[in-house]
Amino acid sequence: MFTRKNLLKSATLLVSVLMSSAAFAQGAPAHFGFGTAVTPQDLAGYFSIPPDGRGLPPGSGNAAAGAKVFAESCAACHGDKLQGNPTAGIGGDRLLGGRGSLATKTPVKTVESYWPYATTLFDYVKRSMPFSAPGSLKDDEIYAVVAYILSEAKVIKPTDVMDAKTLPKVVMPNHDGFIPDARPELSLYR
Amino acid sequence: MRQQHPAVYDEKAQRLADEMVLAEARHIAQRKAQDQDLDQDCDCKEGMFPQASVTDRRKFLFAAASVAGVAGSSALAQAADKKAPAGAFHFDVPADPTKEQGRAVLADGGYGSRSQFETEVRWRYPTPNDLTSWSMTPLDKMLGNLTPSGLHFERHHGGIPTIDPAKHSLIVHGMVDTPEKFSIDDLKRFPSVTRKHFIECSGNGLTEWNKPTLKTVQGTHGLISTSEWTGVQFSTLARELGLKEGSAWVLAEGADAAVMTRSVPMEKMLKDALVAYGQNGEALRPEQGYPLRLLLPGYEGNTHIKWLRRLEISDKPFMTREETSKYTDLLADGKARQFSMEMDAKSVITFPSGDMKLPRPGFYNIQGFAWTGRGRVQSVDVSVDGGKSWYPAQLGSSPEPICTLRFSFPWVWDGKPAVLQSRCTDETGYVQPTLKQLIAIRGSNGPFGSVYHLNAIQSWAVNEAGDVANVHA
Repeated sequence: MFTRKNLLKSATLLVSVLMSSAAFAQGAPAHFGFGTAVTPQDLAGYFSIPPDGRGLPPGSGNAAAGAKVFAESCAACHGDKLQGNPTAGIGGDRLLGGRGSLATKTPVKTVESYWPYATTLFDYVKRSMPFSAPGSLKDDEIYAVVAYILSEAKVIKPTDVMDAKTLPKVVMPNHDGFIPDARPELSLYR
Repeated sequence: MRQQHPAVYDEKAQRLADEMVLAEARHIAQRKAQDQDLDQDCDCKEGMFPQASVTDRRKFLFAAASVAGVAGSSALAQAADKKAPAGAFHFDVPADPTKEQGRAVLADGGYGSRSQFETEVRWRYPTPNDLTSWSMTPLDKMLGNLTPSGLHFERHHGGIPTIDPAKHSLIVHGMVDTPEKFSIDDLKRFPSVTRKHFIECSGNGLTEWNKPTLKTVQGTHGLISTSEWTGVQFSTLARELGLKEGSAWVLAEGADAAVMTRSVPMEKMLKDALVAYGQNGEALRPEQGYPLRLLLPGYEGNTHIKWLRRLEISDKPFMTREETSKYTDLLADGKARQFSMEMDAKSVITFPSGDMKLPRPGFYNIQGFAWTGRGRVQSVDVSVDGGKSWYPAQLGSSPEPICTLRFSFPWVWDGKPAVLQSRCTDETGYVQPTLKQLIAIRGSNGPFGSVYHLNAIQSWAVNEAGDVANVHA
């Protein structure tokens, strides 16, 4: 069985065989060598955290600490009760509520009701929040504010500590709410 | 007009819908004001056949003011001549251009701009925050298939970053044999391809699920644009670096304030993904990802990561915020489709379209766009009786893969009420559905239905007075 890597190599070999010797002399090299090696320093500021928690940084936080972070950095846009803020110039999403609403005429999509993974919340806050100073929170503050939001959403206990080990184990209410794309529907073919 | 699926708006949705209608109304008012001084005896009024006869200096002032109003940004107005529309400069119009010399070669400094008489602009969806918002292409004013770079629709989640290409690089790492970093110059040394593709936001038309909401085709369909893109195929980079066994997904990451991320199946990446640095023969526009963007032909716009700085090869998707909480399709049973990335076949009539007026019965050349994310457009049909009978449209050019196509249909309007529709069939045999068919599959929960991937047949009703309106028929 061909692996993807082998397939690419085979394709390269085939092209080489098919070319005349004159063309081969002018053909694309097997390796261009235009790039430079990536160093650990190059990757130091980069992260992307999947549901298994790979790449979660050291540090920890709980809801009590998170409440302070939220009040200082998040409440202006997301509301002091995490209810969102539609004011012009702000427009922060609502974070709480909506459980049980997804199959109704008025679905409410929030972290509590819709988000399938707690790791996504950590990744997103670390990546691009707070809106006015993206990426400015320390890892302890991010763990804490994530703990606060999850605690307010009654997904974890107020005393639970979030860290690289505990966060991936959090099971969100809508964890099983997603299905693969069923398109294209055969009923729509001629 | 019927409202089979009455919308249930919550406060936020109601405000968004109201603001959207108001924003469109402001844009329409601007167009109408520009048309008012046209020859009143001409059938060209009402903005139907745009005429380049705006010669009054007041108009230039008005147009400049409208730019600030539409964009909500004084910076944009400052960038151009105050007397001219966005992207243009004002020049006095001679009484007879054959009796005096015109402007010198390179009087434009070496880079040209559009005519001062051309006023079309994008307008912005009035999200509360203009740093995370979107703007729409005026499809009804397009004179060809390619979208001018300055009128390409936008969707940003953290504003448009200013990036020095000399300091920008693309890192490709993760499940590769040799992780590498490429400067823009490095990437330009690789073999490149140049291809015409559309990009469509999967939110295109989201206001139209439950009731006809916006008046114009710019509002209902303006989140699609077509460009010629130039760049390196991802497969070229994959061959260069080597993929490890089990690599199945690629995370693409942007260098904007949102640090936008999406996971893309490796199969798609190797099939036709481009790391693009060129758009319509020049470097990407800043709002289109300068200096580098991912291009995934036929995939929803959000996945075409702009300001691309990193590709991480993985065995699994990363489940980013955009691919879980946002760009997923909630169905009636409360489950949501995920990784619904291909854009289905779609078409729309752009002339005549909403808020136009047919001055009198007679001949009209119906025109529109058709496209599909799954290959080439096979055929387009047009109906003038609300879908009871269909006739083949003329295709304006040879269909190209995952590219828009102009179509036209000669129509003699008898002065009676009519409902104009177009229907695209792509080369896979998929037929653009009616809204009823689509809602039967997707449900109609929520103020904006299941929000994304609305590719239903669009209906424009023409009444006896010739007024054209957006309807669900």
